[in-house]
Amino acid sequence: MAKEIRIAIAGNPNSGKTTIFNNLTGARQKVGNWPGVTVEKKEGMTSYNGHAIRVVDLPGTYSLTAYSLEEIIARNYIIETQPDVVVDVIDASNLERNLYLATQLIDLGVKLVFALNMVDIARSRGLVTDHAKLSVLMGIPFVSTVGTRNLGTRDLLETIVRVAEDRESVSRHIHIDYGLELEEEIEKLQGLIRTHTSFPDKHHSRWMGIKLLENDEEVTKQIEKGPGKREVFDQLEKSKAHIHNIMGEESEALVADRRYGFIRGALKETFQQTRRDRRYLSDQVDMVLTNRLLGFPIFIFFIWAMFQLTFTLGQYPTDWIDAGVGLLGQFVGEVMGAGLLRDLIINGVISGVGGVVVFLPNIFILFFCIALFEDTGYMARAAFIMDKVMHTLGLHGKSFIPMIMGFGCNVPAIMATRVLESRRDRILTILINPLISCSARLPVYVLIAGALFGARAGNVIFSIYLIGVALAILMGQIFKRTLFRGEIAPFVLELPPYRMPTLKGTIIHMWDRGSIFIKRMGTVILVGSILIWALSSFPMAPNHSSDPGVEKQYAAQREEFQENTLLGRLGKAIGPVLRPLGFDWRESVALLTGFVAKEIVVSTFGVLYHVGENSGEESESLRSAIRSAMTPLIGYGFMVFVLVYTPCLATVAAIRRETGSWGWTGFSVGYSLTLAWILAFIIYRGGLILGLG
Amino acid sequence: MASRKLSDLRTGERGIIERVTGTGRFRQRLMEMGFVPGTEILVEKFAPLQDPIEYVLKGYHVSLRHVEAEKIVVRDPAQIGEG
Repeated sequence: MAKEIRIAIAGNPNSGKTTIFNNLTGARQKVGNWPGVTVEKKEGMTSYNGHAIRVVDLPGTYSLTAYSLEEIIARNYIIETQPDVVVDVIDASNLERNLYLATQLIDLGVKLVFALNMVDIARSRGLVTDHAKLSVLMGIPFVSTVGTRNLGTRDLLETIVRVAEDRESVSRHIHIDYGLELEEEIEKLQGLIRTHTSFPDKHHSRWMGIKLLENDEEVTKQIEKGPGKREVFDQLEKSKAHIHNIMGEESEALVADRRYGFIRGALKETFQQTRRDRRYLSDQVDMVLTNRLLGFPIFIFFIWAMFQLTFTLGQYPTDWIDAGVGLLGQFVGEVMGAGLLRDLIINGVISGVGGVVVFLPNIFILFFCIALFEDTGYMARAAFIMDKVMHTLGLHGKSFIPMIMGFGCNVPAIMATRVLESRRDRILTILINPLISCSARLPVYVLIAGALFGARAGNVIFSIYLIGVALAILMGQIFKRTLFRGEIAPFVLELPPYRMPTLKGTIIHMWDRGSIFIKRMGTVILVGSILIWALSSFPMAPNHSSDPGVEKQYAAQREEFQENTLLGRLGKAIGPVLRPLGFDWRESVALLTGFVAKEIVVSTFGVLYHVGENSGEESESLRSAIRSAMTPLIGYGFMVFVLVYTPCLATVAAIRRETGSWGWTGFSVGYSLTLAWILAFIIYRGGLILGLG
Repeated sequence: MASRKLSDLRTGERGIIERVTGTGRFRQRLMEMGFVPGTEILVEKFAPLQDPIEYVLKGYHVSLRHVEAEKIVVRDPAQIGEG
């Protein structure tokens, strides 16, 4: 068996890179994240003529500057792991811009194969590329592919193996010619880098020289760390000044300009456009979908449909899973002897993990819809339409989807922030998303408002939702001006042609994201649920009795027991902190349990007010208990507190997962608690002053 | 002067990019996306709320916010460039 060949797939977003990856690897792929970040990493295996080929899918990028996380990952992977061959997937119908990335891969000096993808679309648009001639000109083999129909895959594999084994006659190493003036300076820098620093490689030092002229931060840092930095930086200053002097332009702009110059030169004799300015089907579709009058209604319809599918259709499988989890608990209850272990398994593990598993249908349906939006090209249009509105909130057009999903559940909403490219936008959206009131908070509002506000309950609940939206806008503005100042990335959004998605592709896309939820979230939730279970179980309650005669007495004991568990004691301990808001220890305990899931607040009240755990938010006895315990003013403050404070455990786990940082997770929890306290304080104390108490 | 800001062009109008003003990351990103001098650009349409704006250049569609398009200087395609 020959040595394993390692290849990496690079390419622009929308170039059909993922389809090529799927064609190469089939179902044998595993999805994870690149170390420390939430950029998806996909890896797969294939074999060809006895060669085992390991394929890594790099993040889609337009360039390899160090400006975005994706670019740094793609670039560092190539430099550090030195794959045997890099396959650059190039959209044949968008050749010129796609070749920009290719010029940077050439600069890196790696062995390349170009997959000229979507040649069918290009041909139908009258774009003709003489790729044999282009191959010879650039010294890199071009292979025609049609990813959506799995054409050219064998040819691609064959070429990859030939290039890996240095048997490809076309392959030769070329330099992008940056013009006399730049080349002189690149050569000087390259010489100094080779002799004075720890990067003696000929190709790599040239690449570093070019990057320095492009003001590349990563390469600057690398030089700074090693020897010879003075010599290199002195020369860099001189070179930049010299270039600016004679060319009247910054060196980084000239580099970009020359790359396009090289591309134009290469395409001059090899590329032809036989028709011009015809309106394509895609443009006609777009005329309707982004129409001045129809654009918004159509967009709102799509979002409504996605919402309905996710939360209404998703409700059926959710109920089945819920029932299944209940049955499993019952089953375990019957086969296991009573005791601590049974209690742990039923009330800790099964109900805790079960509480997360019920989200699965929602998450998979949501990700299917999002995958459809992305794969058809509609997502870019949604961002195009919504950007003006979202931009006033300090967000990107694409943030709209996670924000609206938040009304259903913050967990999939936070996971949906993956559609945002910039980390700044992603974190900002994640931070304000929990302020959008999710459906789990509704039972709490229904209980409290129903008990205290009678006929006005509907309006009161609506006002809570509005407060949530207003706070999201306000906090967005505040964070934008404080935490994320000066980091604004240019909008520059590509609007790719509309495409018919393939079912297989969309399902793989959905599965990639959903499976991460299954794998990783379970662990955090499991630990958290066991912790909360332990806090609410120790010290142990007196033995349960199944005799209905003692049930009433037992309920009274249970309150005492609840007060004495660690959770009850914790509730009492934090009592003084919440007392200024008008909350007593029961409210404190309810808020503590609400940390696991907000709807638990209702059942906790049920236990604490002796009306039984199973009384829902509509229960009259629970309502009257609430009426006797809270004034409307306290109740309103309590609802606002529930709206704002720490999202549920599942949301915290999602935040941890998606930000990749305990710091941001802690900040999210901390700021929401603080904000909740301040608002409830203002409502309660302000209300008292105004005589509303 | 026939040089105008890209943001001043109306739907269906064409221009030749003369230069991209602004600095650093913004400028380099635009140039990477093909906003280099000499490139022809067409205003495809404005978003329903007038911002952002969709352009066609180098055979693909891209949208920019108004404030970004303001930083791109274009000239009339009919005019011969001065270099």
